Amino acid sequence: MPATERSRDAAEVHADTGPALRRRPIRWLPAQLQATRMETHLARTLVFEVPGWSGHAAGQHVDVRLTAEDGYTAQRSYSVASRSGPDQFELTVQRVSGGEVSTYLTETMLPGDRLEVRGPLGGWFQWTARLRGPVLLLGGGSGVVPLMAMLRERTHSDSDSPFRLIYSARTPDHVIYTGELHQLAQAHPDIPITRLYTRAGLPDDTREPGRLRIEDLPTPAHGGTVGATRVYVCGPTGFVEHAAQLLVDRGFTPSDIRTERFGS
Amino acid sequence: MSVISRGFGAGHSNGGGGRLPPGQHETHDFPVLSTGPTPQVDRSTWALNITDLEGSVTRWNWPDLMRAPSEDFTVDIHCVTKWSRLDTTWRGVRVNALLGKLADEAEYALIRCYGGYTTNLPMGDLVDRDAWIAYKYEGTDLKPPHGGPARLVVPHLYLWKSAKWINGIELRRDDQPGFWETHGYHAYGDPWLEQRYAGD
Repeated sequence: MPATERSRDAAEVHADTGPALRRRPIRWLPAQLQATRMETHLARTLVFEVPGWSGHAAGQHVDVRLTAEDGYTAQRSYSVASRSGPDQFELTVQRVSGGEVSTYLTETMLPGDRLEVRGPLGGWFQWTARLRGPVLLLGGGSGVVPLMAMLRERTHSDSDSPFRLIYSARTPDHVIYTGELHQLAQAHPDIPITRLYTRAGLPDDTREPGRLRIEDLPTPAHGGTVGATRVYVCGPTGFVEHAAQLLVDRGFTPSDIRTERFGS
Repeated sequence: MSVISRGFGAGHSNGGGGRLPPGQHETHDFPVLSTGPTPQVDRSTWALNITDLEGSVTRWNWPDLMRAPSEDFTVDIHCVTKWSRLDTTWRGVRVNALLGKLADEAEYALIRCYGGYTTNLPMGDLVDRDAWIAYKYEGTDLKPPHGGPARLVVPHLYLWKSAKWINGIELRRDDQPGFWETHGYHAYGDPWLEQRYAGD
């Protein structure tokens, strides 16, 4: 399917204007690693060249397939971190203890090595610049990755949707995209970025370290000219379950809260 | 065409000893997947509405469900996000015990849930194969993040068909795609045929 048609389908699905079923199989494409960046001691961004990749909507994910020399294969899903563009994308992967795929991607894989991908996948947890209205992004740990794709789309498109990011990490040393988030805050003072630490923060923090609390959340915008706040929550299951309940308690409408979780 | 990933673990195993569908790996956790906040549903107000082809509604409340014949069952479950969990134990009521003759004329069912989630299945998969309304998981009441008070369990299809927080079964002559089925996922979802996405 050509890129323009696919992105239109995604927008239609997102606007809930009706089913847009994709009938043809989504093909596996070879992807070659071009470059890598360590984001933290555990998280690595991988830049892939993927001939035939037609782009994606911010928040969507891809399936990754690794094949060993003896034919053994393993598949996992990862959120796309980069803005949409043809023939390339970036993933950011955090190493999971004992995780053979995340360990390969963060430690073993070198530029020039290859794997297979297919996508983009997921028509629900996505944001496109044509959507108006305020957006609250709530990320826990590496759940920030699809939210970063949305922030990058927001700041590189002509969108003026009010955006806000609340990012919960274990310590300042676990903050993925730390430099880029500081640059983004400087270039876009209208986009508040809040870092919350669950284990230990900085010496002058006024907030005690700990999991997300209801007072960490803003109050929702309702109706009027701006429209209701659309909320995207991504992180480990415990974080998402907790955060989504706090959002409901804070007055956000359940149908405006979109969640994406990873549990294993 | 085979793309080899240099240095990737030859000799590894996805686990499962032959019980894993293609592309799956075994987990010992029970990950949670849902599209929004977990609905908090009290058993005292819980209801399952069965709508027949004429639009008549049969309403089952919690005591009704408890009076229906229930059974313990052990099944393998397979999530489209690639994890599988083997030998999960549940207690619940067979769907065909709830539907009885209502199912005879219907070709499809659209499952409705608290929170607005929907999913579609062919009628035969609900009444001729193993399918339950489950309310206990591993010996204890099913917790809300995993679909409590009650969820559908249809182990031969990907787990998004096993709708959590079920509160309705709409019997239909035509196939009406549900939530994920309108967001790019496969209409049927057989894990052994790896029917993950529309077109697979």
